Amino acid sequence: MPAMRDFFHRRGKFRPERADDERADPQIPEDLWIKCPRCAELIYSRELERNDQVCPKCTYHFRLRARERIAQLADPGSFSEWDTNVRPEDPLDFVDSAGPYDRKLEQTEAKSGEPEALIVGGATIASAPVVLAVSDFEFLGASMGSVYGEKLMRAIERAGERQVPLVTISSSGGARMHEGLFALMQMAKTVTALARLGRAGVPHISLLADPCYGGVTASYATVADVVLAEPGALIGFAGPRVIEQITRQKLPEGFQTAEFLLEHGMIDAIVPRAELAATLATLLRLYSRPNSAANAAPALDMAVRNTQPAGLGRD
Amino acid sequence: MTDRVPHAEPSAGPTAWERVKLARHGDRPHAFDYLQELTTDWVELHGDRAFGDDRALIGGLATFAGQTIMVLGHQKGNDTKENLARNFGMARPEGYRKAERLMRHAEKFGFPVLTLIDTPGAEPGIGSEERGQANAIAESLLTMADLGVPTVAVVIGEGGSGGALAIGVADRILMLENAIYAVASPEACAAILWKDAGRAAEAAATMRITAADLEQFGIVDEVIAEVVPAHVRPKDTIRATGIAIARHLRALQDVHPRDDLSAIERLRAARYERFRRIGAWRETVPGANGYVADAISPR
Repeated sequence: MPAMRDFFHRRGKFRPERADDERADPQIPEDLWIKCPRCAELIYSRELERNDQVCPKCTYHFRLRARERIAQLADPGSFSEWDTNVRPEDPLDFVDSAGPYDRKLEQTEAKSGEPEALIVGGATIASAPVVLAVSDFEFLGASMGSVYGEKLMRAIERAGERQVPLVTISSSGGARMHEGLFALMQMAKTVTALARLGRAGVPHISLLADPCYGGVTASYATVADVVLAEPGALIGFAGPRVIEQITRQKLPEGFQTAEFLLEHGMIDAIVPRAELAATLATLLRLYSRPNSAANAAPALDMAVRNTQPAGLGRD
Repeated sequence: MTDRVPHAEPSAGPTAWERVKLARHGDRPHAFDYLQELTTDWVELHGDRAFGDDRALIGGLATFAGQTIMVLGHQKGNDTKENLARNFGMARPEGYRKAERLMRHAEKFGFPVLTLIDTPGAEPGIGSEERGQANAIAESLLTMADLGVPTVAVVIGEGGSGGALAIGVADRILMLENAIYAVASPEACAAILWKDAGRAAEAAATMRITAADLEQFGIVDEVIAEVVPAHVRPKDTIRATGIAIARHLRALQDVHPRDDLSAIERLRAARYERFRRIGAWRETVPGANGYVADAISPR
């Protein structure tokens, strides 16, 4: 995917230089020193792994594969994957300078070990049941095509049927151009499903990870009830290079980082990777309580009694 | 006047790239031309109540076929000066937030919503990013997907990516014969996938962005014929478009009368199914709910 990589090529403080090949290999040899792309610190690979792929010196969050994320978040053995048999088609018979799209899909599957860019399933996080949908940037920049949309829509429907909160983790270049308008329409499809989930009163928590752009940011990923982001993640609608080319303006420092979005009121919180599972567990607890007056009354009475100031209301 | 003509083979009509040029033609009728010809009592409603008024995306109330409707549309300029004022039809977050506000307004009073799509895309810019372009589009999609009134969208010129779709999650999607609707502009697609923006014509053909293609894919419900290109005889095209809009609106309102609550739920459910089935995928287990569902050998 050189095109997509180029598009998100990073420069400056939050865009560390890094050779594509360093990240392309999903199998990092166990005994290896890895150079942090931001602070250039040499990190022992096992230490990086122990630290959830976060640089111990500068806290740079390395990109994670979808299955690494699931392993970090879901209770061990709790994840059961759904809809693995939903596979991509080539409805346009699309051919670009790199060749036909269907061949590209085969090559990408062989290289990434995944048949598509979104992994969905049921799991528990700190014993709380969730529906998980996690994108894998190594698969064509986790671009959203028909399979991505279909798997996500089914996951949303299951979350609704089972009244189980939905957790999405998104890192994507946007809609997949090789699938034309079918890809664009997945924005409408997933959001339509979320509208119904919202009516059912089932929460959707969305984590935006580096990088997240285009049709994914402009659809399901930012209309969640809670929108979280990883530190330093680049998030936006148009890519920085496109904006620079069109506006011929220098982009401000830290433009489109999670910190920039928080400052502009676009996300609820930035959550360091090490705290993510605990933050999700807390949120899931907060949304899990039956919200009826009968349920709340005894606890409220107790709270009122316990907090009555001394000397007031009794002798 | 024919509502619909069978589609000629690509070899017989303009090429995809020629249609791109027709869709972008400076004299092609824009949203205001449709309003002027098809509606009366137009009252434009401005502003997103938060930051500003986006002149690239207009909205307001009008009388159409004897009833009050809400109209939303991208508006390109008719000359350079107006194009600058209207940002070439590229809306900013405040445009999409205005659209969302006016859709809710329409729902409150039971007015059907008509949207006229004609944009190169949502504006890519520093200010647009600062004010949450992606989220503004996403919220507009969400609101439109769930709206409790009938909605008809017409792609009258350029259907440019997410900026077009933001007002396109409708019960019926109509498209003019020479309009285009694409996930990215042919130039952007060529620059990214061919690494050569000069190969846009090739990209346009490959991307299948014409009305005929999209009707065949089941994404567009009806193609409105342009016997001659819209800019040559604009009034004829606009009237044909008006007839098609009226017919679809009528059909939606017959099935979903405005004061029947269960009919509104059925309207939502029908819209849900409409978008639910869009896609092209295959399954190792056949018979599931796919648009394309065929068996492949297990790995």
